[in-house]
Amino acid sequence: MVARPPSPNPTRETGAPADVLRVANLRVRLDHAPILEDVSFRVRRGTTLAIVGPNGAGKTTLFRVLLGLVPYTGTVEWSGPVRLGYVPQHFVVTDVPITVRDFLGFKSAAGFEESLAAVGLEGGVLRKRLDILSGGEMQRVLIAWAVLDRPNVLLFDEPTATVDIGSEDMLYEALNRLEKESNITVLLITHDIHIASQYSDAVLALNRTVRFFGAPSRLSEPDLLMEIFGSGAGLAEHKHDFGSRGFR
Amino acid sequence: MTDAAAYSLVAGISVGFAAGYVGSLMVLKRMALVGDALSHVALPGLALGILFNFNPFFGAFAFLFSAAVLTWYIEKTTKLFPESIIGVLFVTALAVGILLTPEVDLLEALFGDITTVSLVDALLAVAISAPIVVVARLVYRRVVLGILSEELARSTGINVALVNFVYLFLVTLVVAVGIKIVGTVLVGALVVVPAAAMKNVSRNLSSYALLSGLTGTVSAGSGILLANYLGLPAGPLVVSVGTAIFAGALLADWIAS
Repeated sequence: MVARPPSPNPTRETGAPADVLRVANLRVRLDHAPILEDVSFRVRRGTTLAIVGPNGAGKTTLFRVLLGLVPYTGTVEWSGPVRLGYVPQHFVVTDVPITVRDFLGFKSAAGFEESLAAVGLEGGVLRKRLDILSGGEMQRVLIAWAVLDRPNVLLFDEPTATVDIGSEDMLYEALNRLEKESNITVLLITHDIHIASQYSDAVLALNRTVRFFGAPSRLSEPDLLMEIFGSGAGLAEHKHDFGSRGFR
Repeated sequence: MTDAAAYSLVAGISVGFAAGYVGSLMVLKRMALVGDALSHVALPGLALGILFNFNPFFGAFAFLFSAAVLTWYIEKTTKLFPESIIGVLFVTALAVGILLTPEVDLLEALFGDITTVSLVDALLAVAISAPIVVVARLVYRRVVLGILSEELARSTGINVALVNFVYLFLVTLVVAVGIKIVGTVLVGALVVVPAAAMKNVSRNLSSYALLSGLTGTVSAGSGILLANYLGLPAGPLVVSVGTAIFAGALLADWIAS
C-alpha cells in the first residue's frame, strides 16, 4: 500500500460534510478464495469517489458488498437514510417484451420524462423495447433509472464501458449536471485514469487490498500508477472535451 | 353438456388463465423445461392421495412444494442452475409415482380426466386460481427485475430470494391444480405454451402477462369443449389448441418482421 491518508477529500477540508459511508477492515472470500482483504475507506457526503484498479481487483465485488449481495466480514456503515441508485457494468437484455416505460416503472410511477431528459433522451424512447436499444441508449436508460427516484448515493460500475466516445462525453456531462444539482454522493468504478484524476474528489485504488486512497491529483505520479497497475501503466491518451465542466 | 363437463370447463378456464399468467414469468426466467419436469414430481403425491383416499390435489401439492423448496434452496445457496437437480427429482418421482399408483388410476394421473371433475374440484380450482393471479400480479414486476439483474433488484430493496420463493410457490399451486385437467405429463405445457406463444407478439410487459393468461384460458376452454364434443381426452386437446395458437403467433411475428 502506498498511502492511506486520514482524509480522502483534500478539496473539501474546510467545513467538510460528514461521512456517508465508512468501510473498515472489509474482507470478502468467494469459494474460499480471497477477493478483498482488509479494505478500509470512507466517503464524504456529496463527493465523488473514483474506484480504479486492474481487472479482477475486486471493484465490482466491492459494489456487490455495498448492495448487500455477497457475505463479508468487517464494517460497512452507511450514515443516515441512504437511497441507492445503481448502474451495473453488464446489463444485457435479449428477447423480452419489456419496454423502457415498463423498466422505469419497476422503480417509480412517475418522473420518466425528466429522468430521460437528464441523460439526453426524449420521451419517445419510452415505447421502445429494451432488447432493441443501442448500447449507448441502454446505458443512458440505466442512468435515467438510477436517478429516477432522486437517490442520494449513486453507484456506477463503468457506466460508459459499452458506449462510444461521443456518447461517453454526453453521459459524463449528464452525471456532472446531476451531481451538481442534487448534491448526491457518487461512487464510480472506472478504468479511465483521466476520468478518475480529473472528475473525482478522492480515488480508491484496489487490487484485492487498498493500493492507494487519497487525492486524485496523485494519479499523475508514475510510481503510484506502477504500484496500482503494475508495469505498462500510464495515463490514457483518451481525451474528453469537458473544459471546466468536470465533476468538480 | 354434462355436469362434469361444465365443472371441468369452469375449472379449465380459471386454471388456464392462472397457468398462462404465472407461466409468462417462467418463460422469462428461461425455466420452461424446469416447469415441465417439476410437474412430474406430483405423481407420487397423487398416488398417495389415491391409495389413502384423500384429495390427490393435496398430495400433489405437498410433493411439488417440497421439490420447489429444494430447488429454490439449492439455487439460492449454490448458484447452480436448477436443471440438474430437477432432472434427478423428475425421473425419481416418476419412477416412485408409477410404482405407487394403482394401475387402474395411472392413466388419469398421467393425462387427467375431465369426466371425473366434481363441483368441489371446480370450486377448488377457482378458489386457488384467483389468489394465484392476484399474488402473481403483486410480485410480477419484482420477479422480472430480479430476472433482468439481481443487483438492480437488490439496489431497490427487493428481497430477490423471497420473491423467487413466492413465485415458485405460485408455480407449484397452479401445477397442482392443473393436473386434474390435463394430467402430470401435460400440465407443464399448460404453463409454458401460452407464454411462449405471446412473448414475441406482445408490445409490453402488461400485454404479455394478460395475453398469456387469456391464451391459457382459450386453450383450456377450447380443448375441454372439443374433448366434450369429440369424446377424446381433454389434456392433449388443450395442449394442441395452445400449440396451434403458438404456431399462429409465430407466423404473425414472422409476417410482421
